[in-house]
Amino acid sequence: MFPRPIQQTSKATQWMYSIALPVALFLWLFPLIGVAVTSVRPASDLAQGNYFGIPSYLAFENYADVFRNTPMARYILNSFIVTIPTVIGAVTLSLMTGFALAVYKFKGNLLLFFMFVAGNFVPFQILMVPVRDLTLGLGMYNTYWGLALFHIAFQTGFCTLFMRNFIKALPFELIEAARVEGVAEWRIFWYIVLPLMRPAIAALSVLIFTFIWNDFFWATVLTTSADTQPITAGLSSLNGQWVAAWHLVSAGSILAALPPVAMFFLMQKHFIAGLTLGAVK
Amino acid sequence: MSAYWKANQRRLAPWIFLAPGLLMFAVYVIIPIFQSMWISFYDWDGMGEAKWIGLQNYAEMTSDPNMVTSFKNNLIWLALYMLAVPAGLFIAIFLNQTVRGIRLYKSLFFFPFVISQVVVGLIFSWFYAPNFGLLYNVIEWATGKGVAILADPDLVTYGIIAAGLWPQIAYVMILYLTGLNNVAPDQVEAARLDGAKGWRMLWYVIIPQLRPATFIAVVVTVIGALRSFDLVSIMTSGGPFGSSRVLSYYMYETALSEYGYRMGYGAAIAVVLFAIMMVFISGFIWKMWRDETDR
Repeated sequence: MFPRPIQQTSKATQWMYSIALPVALFLWLFPLIGVAVTSVRPASDLAQGNYFGIPSYLAFENYADVFRNTPMARYILNSFIVTIPTVIGAVTLSLMTGFALAVYKFKGNLLLFFMFVAGNFVPFQILMVPVRDLTLGLGMYNTYWGLALFHIAFQTGFCTLFMRNFIKALPFELIEAARVEGVAEWRIFWYIVLPLMRPAIAALSVLIFTFIWNDFFWATVLTTSADTQPITAGLSSLNGQWVAAWHLVSAGSILAALPPVAMFFLMQKHFIAGLTLGAVK
Repeated sequence: MSAYWKANQRRLAPWIFLAPGLLMFAVYVIIPIFQSMWISFYDWDGMGEAKWIGLQNYAEMTSDPNMVTSFKNNLIWLALYMLAVPAGLFIAIFLNQTVRGIRLYKSLFFFPFVISQVVVGLIFSWFYAPNFGLLYNVIEWATGKGVAILADPDLVTYGIIAAGLWPQIAYVMILYLTGLNNVAPDQVEAARLDGAKGWRMLWYVIIPQLRPATFIAVVVTVIGALRSFDLVSIMTSGGPFGSSRVLSYYMYETALSEYGYRMGYGAAIAVVLFAIMMVFISGFIWKMWRDETDR
């Protein structure tokens, strides 16, 4: 193990480590803690110049204000409406593409695989004008589906990379044995491979949920009004209205951060397994 | 029909499985790349008649001062973003212990990556804000004079990059934590018996074993640096006086904002950004290709 386990070092080092850990964490999360505290600081504190001291009371009314005076609830709902179909769509499509690329040998297999991988890395801006035009042409500009369809297509790249590598690592004998028995290919997919994919599906679902929830660029390009804007775009336009009303900006930020954070803590193992795919060989 | 299917099932099946995903990916990702290249040769406002102007958009770029600023900032982003790699490794090593509660520490250190860049941008805007901001007040207390980082053309890009590094370091850290978990313990013990420790151990024994993690860390960091749209948009909208623009943001501004709908010129900027990214993408793909064909 590297570095040397702290238990094998001197008492003084161990003691220092136990102090250093919380101090480092506090410094690391300092900006976030500041914003969290500001989100429950009453407006009167800010007016009196009490920016950093203990809030004179816990002003949960900031959150109530955000919900009462802005379309925040709508934004949150929009985010869910766009994110959930995207997760389902991208995972479904990539289960199939990943299966095709992992199980069959055919000409152009690797080429297609690398096309998915490379497409996943391109800058969004090179897609922006044509995708916006296409969405307008389909009559889906400023709708949930316009945004979700693009996300499904784009995320299929990353998901295919993930699924293909996952299926490649399964024991191939399973599939060969089934073929010898004369099992149809789609049945192999449905009854043999799919049940083994649960961990991959879980990992990708949490990752894609977070990616799409946090997407800002496409939300600004493809949606324009509060009826359809997800929370990232909504928060950005609210930020323009709340000039220096930091207690409200903070409360809004915390609200926008909550769902992915909850997702991460609930599904931590899967989340990290998905993210660190390929970090070990 | 059914006999044909039986005979050719294994040849046709992959294409049937690929069809829906491939179709979506082609329509929304692959074809638009070429469409953008095509549009970059036109003068087009997005609605009216598009006029073919050949390479004029590219010619205009060479004398566009905003382009120079954006390009320069992109280089600064790339260079400074790379700090996420050693910084992430450092934190990973710091946290790679088995003491009580360490799992929670690791999760909390990873926190910044989970939240949206929009929120990260707002958090740091508050952190830097004149009078209200924590950092502003710390600097004022230390030097007697506060610095409004996001309003200073010379500092603004660095301020935004610092905000971007926060989640990026968290991401790299988690990659290295996983990597460190898989370092062969017998090799470390053997090296330890040979008297290797500290830096020498890290450099000659550990880092070579972390190569897959380092590769991915570099890939995601380069991409993160070149995608830097969200933070610039949220924190400064490219200001003050356009000094914090990057190519991705400048492209958006030209094609889709009050500066006028210059789709052709915007597409040309996107092509330049794409070309830069392509240099890196080719490198990654080449390495992956080698790994795949090796097996």
